[in-house]
Amino acid sequence: MLQYRTAALAGFATQCWWGGIKVMVLAAFYGGAAASAPAGSLPMTLAHAVTYTWLAQGLLALLPWGSDPEVAQAVRTGSVAYDRLRPVDAYALWYARSAGWIAARVLPRLALMVAFAGVALPLAGWGQWGWQPPADLAAALVFVLSAVLALLLSTALVMLLNVAATAALNERGINAFATPLVVVLSGNLLPLPLLPESWQTALLLQPLAGLMDIPMRLYAGRLAGWPAAGGLALQAGWTIALVALGRLAMSRTMRRLEVQGG
Amino acid sequence: MGGVALFFRLVLASLKGQALYPTSAVLATLAQFLVTGIEVVAIWALFDRFGTVQGWALGEVALFYGLVNVMFAIADALGRGFDVLGTEFLRTGAFDRLLLRPRTLPLQLMGHDLRMSRLGRLAQGLMVLAYATAQAGIAWTPAHVGLALFAIAGGVALFLGILVLQGTLAFWTVESLEVANMFTYGGVEAGQYPITLYARWFRRLLTFGVPLACVAYYPAVAILGRADPLGAPAWIGWLSPLAGFVFLALSFLAWGHGVRRYTSAGS
Repeated sequence: MLQYRTAALAGFATQCWWGGIKVMVLAAFYGGAAASAPAGSLPMTLAHAVTYTWLAQGLLALLPWGSDPEVAQAVRTGSVAYDRLRPVDAYALWYARSAGWIAARVLPRLALMVAFAGVALPLAGWGQWGWQPPADLAAALVFVLSAVLALLLSTALVMLLNVAATAALNERGINAFATPLVVVLSGNLLPLPLLPESWQTALLLQPLAGLMDIPMRLYAGRLAGWPAAGGLALQAGWTIALVALGRLAMSRTMRRLEVQGG
Repeated sequence: MGGVALFFRLVLASLKGQALYPTSAVLATLAQFLVTGIEVVAIWALFDRFGTVQGWALGEVALFYGLVNVMFAIADALGRGFDVLGTEFLRTGAFDRLLLRPRTLPLQLMGHDLRMSRLGRLAQGLMVLAYATAQAGIAWTPAHVGLALFAIAGGVALFLGILVLQGTLAFWTVESLEVANMFTYGGVEAGQYPITLYARWFRRLLTFGVPLACVAYYPAVAILGRADPLGAPAWIGWLSPLAGFVFLALSFLAWGHGVRRYTSAGS
């Protein structure tokens, strides 16, 4: 991404802009609620919701939006055959490549987003609309651990999309249907705690919460102590389950895959 | 054959091409419907949680949302040629072919690749408009229908103008830049709520810079028969969609400047 600096900066500006609109909308809803609802009746404070929104913008590239374009291309051009011939586990090879691909896109944008929402906004006097620091040191450490797990989980999901793209020989349709699910269930659209109360248990237990929502709850100190360990275990458990599923699906697809000569 | 006739021919050819793969076209439309529909989930959930926002109810906000999405769906279908100008025309040299044809350039681009899948967003916007009608008790008198159509036409012109500007920018950058998304998709995002929610500088930008408030907010306030919380007189909504056409005209001025500057890569 560093080669295309203008495009990357343009994308980053769009993400800030988008985050700004979301933050203003949330602030308007919270502003009305402060007058009517008693304090504490809301599942998260405005400051927490705002920080959640900025983190969501920063982690946009972490979400499993679609299959790895390199894998899709390898399948289309037939160079997937080389991957099959290498004396390494094909799943592990693709997994490592996808994880690297995601991390390389996330880290620069996340750093820029912290600089914008965490430093530039408060300096400009808009501190109440800025990115707040983590609850405490323990929360910060456990958040880093959770963010790494989120990367592994996201990669496991990308691998499933890779396999699906391989089976269908085309990634477009699959990506189109994966996107809305990922956007809603990861908490990117709206912080999950703000969705209806009756959905909360199901929302927390589904695998996509581990992409953003659980790391964010840890960051804000909403999950601490044993519940924090539970959150991490949930992320790890889903990652292991999805990796196992991905391996199974991949070996079945690969056995049926026909590479055209030429 | 005039430019307009050519435009319709191009549109027909584009639609026929997509009709050759009906499953693909239907699935793409369905995907558009789902992707654009998830915003509804966020709005609904926020109202479910908070009740109202600054005195606006869900049904009223649905009118803003529906209008903006209908506008953008139509403009997006028409403006795809400008959207992909950098990647599909300038870099490949295909733009030279368009220039050689003795037909209006913008109409050729507007007829380029009119996507059926945009029906997904359109259908979604219309459904939300129906919901708004039922929920906010909108009485669609002939005058109100006329105003809504005028506002939509102004909105289509505005969004098309943004896409034309994006295309114009490509004459300098050769790349189709994501930056225009701030005002296309970002405009849809911002326009789906009443602008009273936003900070003052942002409201001004949406009124005088990219006049989204003129094509969506003020007409919608007039249709709802509400007094504008910002204190604008009631007749504003009946005139303000004109701003969309002015924006489009200015965009084409910039476009003409870009075209004159264009030198082929020679490939």
